[in-house]
Amino acid sequence: MTPYAELLYFIASVLFILGIRGLTSAETARRGVIYAEIGMAFAVAGTLINPEIHTYRWILVTAGIGSAIGIAMAALIPMTKMPERIALSHAFGGLAAALVGVSEYSIYQAGIHVDHLGHAVQLSHGTMGALGFEVLFGGLTFTGSLIAFGKLQGFIPGRNITYPYQNQSNIGIFATAVLLLVLLTVWPSLQILFYLMFLVALVLGVLFVIPIGGADMPVVISLLNSYAGLAASATGFALDNNVLIIAGALDGASGFILSIVMSRAMNRSFSNVLFGAFGQGDGSAAAVMGKDAAPVREASVGDAAMLLSSGTKVIVCPGYGMAVAQAQHAVQKMAELLERDGIEVKYAIHPVAGRMPGHMNVLLAEANVPYDSLKELEEINDEFAEADVALVVGANDVVNPAAKTNTNSPIYGMPVLNADLAKSCIVLKRSMNPGFAGIENELFTIPNTVLVFGDAKDTIEKIVEALS
Amino acid sequence: MTHEMILGLYVFVLAAFVGYGTIRGVPPLLHTPLMAFTNAISGISLVGSIVAAGAEKSTFSTVLGCIAVLCASINVVGGFLITDRMLKMFRKRGGAKGEAKK
Repeated sequence: MTPYAELLYFIASVLFILGIRGLTSAETARRGVIYAEIGMAFAVAGTLINPEIHTYRWILVTAGIGSAIGIAMAALIPMTKMPERIALSHAFGGLAAALVGVSEYSIYQAGIHVDHLGHAVQLSHGTMGALGFEVLFGGLTFTGSLIAFGKLQGFIPGRNITYPYQNQSNIGIFATAVLLLVLLTVWPSLQILFYLMFLVALVLGVLFVIPIGGADMPVVISLLNSYAGLAASATGFALDNNVLIIAGALDGASGFILSIVMSRAMNRSFSNVLFGAFGQGDGSAAAVMGKDAAPVREASVGDAAMLLSSGTKVIVCPGYGMAVAQAQHAVQKMAELLERDGIEVKYAIHPVAGRMPGHMNVLLAEANVPYDSLKELEEINDEFAEADVALVVGANDVVNPAAKTNTNSPIYGMPVLNADLAKSCIVLKRSMNPGFAGIENELFTIPNTVLVFGDAKDTIEKIVEALS
Repeated sequence: MTHEMILGLYVFVLAAFVGYGTIRGVPPLLHTPLMAFTNAISGISLVGSIVAAGAEKSTFSTVLGCIAVLCASINVVGGFLITDRMLKMFRKRGGAKGEAKK
């Protein structure tokens, strides 16, 4: 590596950190992106002057195609599909890291890895460990993210898929992968072990994500984000490249923090999300309970519009259902009409509402809702008591008061939005089916709640008509 | 354990701490853009992929390198663009879209 390249990598690293710092506030966020973009340009420039590169042909062709795909994806993907896009990009990140690792290893094994004097370089134990780690995490991130993508997209059933001894066999396979990694680090030239480990990593990614249900996707996506970062960092160790180590560590830290935030918002530990296969067993009991539970009060669209316009404060609680129905624009129109009549409208955003961290914020921002109306759980939870209406749009578990009171509930202890404390509560729901986790929602049966059945977007559009 | 590896560990741990400290300050409002953004940054594997694709050591390593360049450049280019597209949508009450630019 030339000193110029080293210098460019150093500048890139600093710019990446400054870029992430920009994201700590909405005012400076776009500037942060520009810093990071410049940083990336420096890093790529530093790489292109690498004397090891003999031809630019392939680089130009593939980078050109990749950029075109990237531009098209960024421009065309609707905001509601953002979780899918993120899952897919983790898959790409994992695959890129894994393939660089395999490529490096093959070069070492063919004896064509030479130093600047032209002598063949042997694969050291340390470099082997880094390469192995890179391929292991890259591989499992790749297939794991593809499964997550398939679940979000509906190619693969979104519910948790379980079979006997699932956790035991997963842990066994993971232990096998680690064992292979250790053996390889000791005997780097055992090629068969290397490719076997890559294969095991690919299988592991599938098996780890398959049992996890759709409602737990925010944690899985965050965790895969972290793994993709760790794989990139390992690449840095293998190639002796600090900018890779730093960028990977930043990505890893980000995914780690998000996973913690998400798990806390569900009052569950990492291991519970990964090995818990949520709600299973309780599902059947809850479904039976649903049949002879207290009756619900159904309201018409007209009643709902009347309720909404008769008070002075409305809090909207959006959930994944809003994303599915693409109701965010209708919600915004409704809020505009209410605000015109002097009614205050705020949005209560639960950290795990939706399928990825921050999902609801992005959707509502797209619909032109100013971000100072989007309130976090802790910020707004005391305000429900003074709100006239809590309007629940496609949210379920995150507004279930059972989490506060019912110690038998599988979600007991999870922080929830206090929608039940508002003077009245309107729940927009497609049907009376229990939510994803199959948990009875006590909010639906308390006396001050009314339900409006139908597609959320349809219902809100009708409310908008009634209001205007 | 070589000298470079130890230095690498220093760099990794310090960067992880800096990342942890900084990213904890990112508001939940921006968690989705944050994810797209760090994803673009970790597309830095592009650096390793470029060398693998351009060094022409063997057909096998070149092909793998090319696929890696393809994946990484999708992430880098697409990731930055989509982050900016999302951030442009966030606006304050009364402000125009994209006012966050300031």
